[in-house]
Amino acid sequence: MKLTLRIWRQAGPAEPGRMVAYEVPDANPDMSFLELLDVLNERLTLEGDDPVTFDHDCREGICGACGVVINGQAHGPRERTTTCQLHVRSFADGDVIDVEPWRSVAFGVVKDLMVDRSGLDRIIQAGGYISAPTGSAPEAHSTPVPKPVADTAFDNATCIGCGACIAACPNGSAMLFTSAKVTHLNLLPQGGPERAERVLNLVEAMDAEGFGGCTNSGECTVACPKGIPLDSIATLNREYLRASLGRK
Amino acid sequence: MRSSFAPLNFWRSTIGKKAVMAVTGLLMLLFLIVHMLGNLKIFYGRTEFDHYAGWLRTIGEPVLHGAWYLWIQRFVLVLAVVLHATSAYQLSRRDQKARPTKYSHHQRPKANYATHVMRYGGITLGLFIIYHILDFTTLTLNRHGVEGAAYDNVVSSFSVWWVTAIYILAMISLGLHIQHGFWSAAQTIGANRPSRDRLFRNVATGLAVFLTAGFLVVPIAVLAGLVD
Repeated sequence: MKLTLRIWRQAGPAEPGRMVAYEVPDANPDMSFLELLDVLNERLTLEGDDPVTFDHDCREGICGACGVVINGQAHGPRERTTTCQLHVRSFADGDVIDVEPWRSVAFGVVKDLMVDRSGLDRIIQAGGYISAPTGSAPEAHSTPVPKPVADTAFDNATCIGCGACIAACPNGSAMLFTSAKVTHLNLLPQGGPERAERVLNLVEAMDAEGFGGCTNSGECTVACPKGIPLDSIATLNREYLRASLGRK
Repeated sequence: MRSSFAPLNFWRSTIGKKAVMAVTGLLMLLFLIVHMLGNLKIFYGRTEFDHYAGWLRTIGEPVLHGAWYLWIQRFVLVLAVVLHATSAYQLSRRDQKARPTKYSHHQRPKANYATHVMRYGGITLGLFIIYHILDFTTLTLNRHGVEGAAYDNVVSSFSVWWVTAIYILAMISLGLHIQHGFWSAAQTIGANRPSRDRLFRNVATGLAVFLTAGFLVVPIAVLAGLVD
């Protein structure tokens, strides 16, 4: 397959960037999108050019490291698919594909397609945990969790923190990400003791990063490779109002 | 930094401001339902409509002095508009700053048209409210402009085609605003659940159509000569 990639090239955080077109004449339909970039980078390296910088790690859709905006869509055209799990066969021979980094004031471009997502780490540090004594694992049945609660908590725990929700949101809002943490931890009995404090701290940290607010446009949930639902944002709002009214 | 005064923290947060928008929006929506139903009394004729308009000034008597209730309601509504608009302005500014760079490949919005035009609709409605008050409350712009003659004031305004046109555009804006706003408010105050989502969306569309149609039937009837 012959593909043309128009890629955002930016030498450093403070440097100006621009879209640069590259032809990949020998793309294999069974390659992943990251392998397509690898093939391009191999050639750029041999030709003495600077290879395209992009984040990646596990390449099996569970680490949250990869993620670029492909043709205006975070992680590309396939629903519930990370960039590493997207294949070249999702495109047609001769396609021109635009590849850009996540855009948000809270995600500065480090280089090319790589952005600084440490804002998400700071949100996690503010409340994306439970305080529990360490040691040997407690007996599984000592804290019963109703099945529907366990399911909802687990669904939200599948968030890989890739930042696609923020990249897709017209307001660069981190509400879906934050709501996944709140829904995951606040519903479980293990998260109960810190329930109110957690949501207040998470929202404060989220706002401090400069992310926008939620306008309930729903772009985030469509872009989310893990399918975190909009309902999680309703849960975050409910938990925040509850905590603000002074309920523990 | 977090203040020890909880309401201040609430107002400073993005979720808090959005909740203020939701609650004030629902309050204004409640008023609009009553306002629209009251307007329909015009179809019972001049005497009954003017009597109804006069009665509005006497609500709460004799506990309250004449027109006091009306002033309390006006105060609450103005407060709601101001809080709603202030939150919207501050959040919108924040949202625009949060996404300074657009994608060079345009994203096709998945959100519907009503969601897309909330900000423009809000500005349109704000300007319309000012015009509407000058037309029918202060009577400054009203062609008939006689206090107490509500029926004739209404007929004099809506007999002019472009006044009716302004009202039609404003009420379509209102319908779109409510169609996204009502569901969005349910989401914002955490009342929405997956099991209720369809219901909230349908009620939002229902309210939007009900209010737009209910408000527009009066000016259109006047322009068509059914009320004169």
